[in-house]
This record gives sequence, structure tokens and C-alpha cells, in this order.
Amino acid sequence: MTIKKDVVIVGGGPAGLAAAISLYKQGVEDIVIIEREKQLGGILRQCIHDGFGLTRFKQTLSGPEYSQKFIDLVKELKIECVTDATVIEITPEKKVVAISKLGLLVYQAKAIVLAMGCRERTRGAISIPGSRPAGIYSAGVAQSYINLYNTMVGQEVVILGSGDIGMIMARRMTLEGAKVKAVFEIQPYPSGLPRNIEQCLNDYNIPLYLSHTVTNIKGHSRLEGVTVAKVDEHLHPISGTERDYACDTLILSVGLIPENELSMGCGIKLDGRTKGPLVDDYYQTNIAGIFAAGNVLQVHDLVDFVSAEAEALAASVVEYIKKCRLTPAAINIIADADIGYTVPQKVSGEKDFQISLRVKRPLKNCEISVIQAGTAIKSIKLQKAIPAEMIKIRLTKSDLISIDDLKVVVK
Amino acid sequence: MKKIFTCIICPNGCEITAEVEGQELVSCFGSLCKRGEKYVKQELYDPRRNVATSVLVENGDALLVSVRLTNAVPKAKIFDVMNEIKKVHLIAPVIIGQVIIRNVLDLNSDVIATRKVAVKSK
Repeated sequence: MTIKKDVVIVGGGPAGLAAAISLYKQGVEDIVIIEREKQLGGILRQCIHDGFGLTRFKQTLSGPEYSQKFIDLVKELKIECVTDATVIEITPEKKVVAISKLGLLVYQAKAIVLAMGCRERTRGAISIPGSRPAGIYSAGVAQSYINLYNTMVGQEVVILGSGDIGMIMARRMTLEGAKVKAVFEIQPYPSGLPRNIEQCLNDYNIPLYLSHTVTNIKGHSRLEGVTVAKVDEHLHPISGTERDYACDTLILSVGLIPENELSMGCGIKLDGRTKGPLVDDYYQTNIAGIFAAGNVLQVHDLVDFVSAEAEALAASVVEYIKKCRLTPAAINIIADADIGYTVPQKVSGEKDFQISLRVKRPLKNCEISVIQAGTAIKSIKLQKAIPAEMIKIRLTKSDLISIDDLKVVVK
Repeated sequence: MKKIFTCIICPNGCEITAEVEGQELVSCFGSLCKRGEKYVKQELYDPRRNVATSVLVENGDALLVSVRLTNAVPKAKIFDVMNEIKKVHLIAPVIIGQVIIRNVLDLNSDVIATRKVAVKSK
């Protein structure tokens, strides 16, 4: 039996929860959240450190506290949530198929919200040579073992990659009595936030080595050690710089990838840079009525911004449900060589919007400008811009002076 | 003497350059807001941190309840606080904000639960 819904939300993490609440409050009440885990909350369930909610709630909360505020509201509004149910198919006709303990669930929606979040890059994705012993974890997996399942992952730890979760786990494992020997980052700059280098590494005298990578993994049943080498400007290991580190645990914090297998199966076009769907200023994908926000769209640094993005998406979904179509977006946003990507990738010119972007390398005292028809229509000056920090530029409809494409440049 | 600080108060992570004589802050610049100067002073005189960890729960729908401090404690006391928290075992149910240890080690900070744990369903 097909269940009819105005909106089906795929994923009950921070993006899905915020989208649902916002939709409901704007009068779109015939909605359902489908979540594959047994509980709502997504990755925040295991992020027990503080620092969440500073922008939104003006206080520093742990992940579970932040998500519970949204879960409580979802419950209070009696928004339907189906947990322990995995969506296996989304179609361009807005059919959503999920498997659950109740059996196969088939929904026919007017609109779909993609809020599946992201997953971690693994050892396979970065092709580290060596044997395949136990003791190698991605940072989030180690985090779930320690924070949800009361299982310590090891005692002598090396971390590859300076992503925020890796650094947070360096501190967490140190607090639990492990010896974290070092963090190695292949790039010449850190990939995580400066405050995490300070409070997770420097506070515990954990060294961070830039331009270094793991070149070999040793051990049979359990990890016994890794070889680390310096890399040159092309990120190739420099022979003769190898050093061995004895360790029983290697934590990988080497990047996050938006989880878009369902999107691809539905014919949604992805951006090769963000690995998330190409969207317009309505957060609409190339398929009308299918929208995306949160880490499935672009990997964020802060959950506060995920919630805000999902709320901006909700406003567009409400408009779509009312009108059955949105103004097509024909103004492309083109990024220059120093900018990694922009979201959205195109705009309609019919409404105010925000461009999210990241720089490709650390810059000081720079100016980022949005240029249309040769004129800078918006500029922001920054003391520093680093790849770890998402930059946002707000534009109003009246900032646009033509229907020409927008160029985003740094100088 | 010039000293560089990375402010940890918010995700901006401002890099603050401070002129320091002994333990006295003479001047500082580089922060986007006034909390930066307060942070530098705190770091010079009495650096403090929050601690987030977890506590075992019996008879709950989860094995662990996550906890944090209501106020930051001196950096040098972090591991002492961890040891106090490790001694605690709870029995479900636990609610968010529940005080797990009041005024831990007389540091003017409570250890509170940051998630709820319901009683395990039979």
C-alpha cells in the first residue's frame, strides 16, 4: 500500500529534524521523518564534547543536548517519525521506498528532503599500503565505540589526518588513559579548526606534524606500528624521511563524504567538488521537488549552520508545495581557482540568498567578492580565511544587477 | 614578550597577539570580539577547561550517559575530575541536566548528565 505524504524527510539527524520542525510550523504538517538508526539525532548522539549551539542558543552544549532540543520539539508537535527504517530507493516521481521491521514502506510524496548526512573516508579511500591488522579505525567509529558502547579502542595511538573529529578523539582517548603519540596531516595546513588544535592537542602536548603521512602499516592480528614520512609539495612521500612509530591503534580522520547513493540512484546530479547535489537558491536539486540540506549537501563545520540551512530549505519546500513549481535558476555561480566550491551552484535571482564556500588554501587579509557583469556586487574582507572554516556571503535580490552569471573571486 | 593565543571560546578561533610582561597582560589585538581579551587574561592567570566524558548506567536503554561540567575547571585538575567521574555508577532513568556530582572536588562546578537514559524495556 502506498502512503501519501506532502513531504518525506530522509534522515533524522540535525538537518532532518530542523527541516521537519520548520515545515510543520509553516503549515506543512503531513510529513514523515525516516531514520535508519533506532533513535533520532544522527551523529550528534556520539558527539559528547561541548561547543554545539553557540550561534543558535548562545550557550555551549554537548551534541546530545543540542539534538534533544529538536527531538523534544518533534515529539511535542507529534511529527511522525519512523525509526529503524532504511530508505532503499527514491524516484524522480517522488516515490520513497524503505525497509523496516513493519515490512516494506512505500511513500508517494509531493516533495522529498534529502538529509542523509555524510560518512567518513576510510583507509581504502586513501590507499595506505601494508598489512590489514585490527586496530585501525576511522575517528567516528572510535568515537561510537568509546562514547556509545563503552569499548576502549586501544592504548598507544597514532592519528592520521587533522580533521576535527580526529583531534576531538585525541583528547577523548587521552582522558581515558591512552597515549596519543602524534597527529600527522598530509597537507601543509591543518584541516580542522584552530580551537580544536589548541584545546584537543596543545592542551595535552600532542604534537601535530604537517606535510606528513603514513606510508606503511605493520602487524598481523593486531596493529604493531606505522611508518610515517614527510611529503613534498606534490604530497609524495620523501624517501629517507621515514620514521617508525610503535602503536596498537591508528585513527583516520581524513575527510567526510556526503552520503548520496540514494540521490545518484534517483538521477540527481552531484557536484564533483562538494560530492553533494547541485542545488539552486531554493536548495532544490536538478529534480523538481527534491531538496537537500546539511552534510548530505556540503560538509559543515558547525551543526548550528546545518540547522539553519535545513530551515532555509524548509521555506522553499513550503513554497513548492503551494505552487507545485519554483522559478528555474539560470544564473550560475562560478568560483575562481582559490575557492574550493560554492553552494548553491546557481540561483534564480528571485530571492535573497546565501553563498557558502571554502577557500582552497589558507589566506590572510583577503577580500572575497561576488562579481556580476564586471561589477563587484558584494565584497567581504577577512583577516584570515582557512579551508577548515566555511565562509558565508549573504546577498539580497536587489544586489543583483543583471541575469549574468556570478563569479566569486578572492584577492 | 609577544605571545600568540588561539581563542577557544567560539568556532572563530581568533588568533590573538598579546604583549605580556611576566604574567601581566599589557595589550592584545586580533580577536573579533571582546571575549578574546578575557580569554587571554584567563589563560595567563588561571587557564580553565570543561570536561566531557561518560558514566556507566545500569538497567538503562544505553550503557553510558554522557556528562559535562557546568563550569570550566583549572586545567591542572582535569585528570583529578576524570577520576572522580569514573567512580560514579548510575541506575536508569537519567534525565538531561541531572546533577551527577555536585561541586566536584570543591571546584565550584557540577557534573551533569547531557543525555537521557530510560529504563530498559523488558
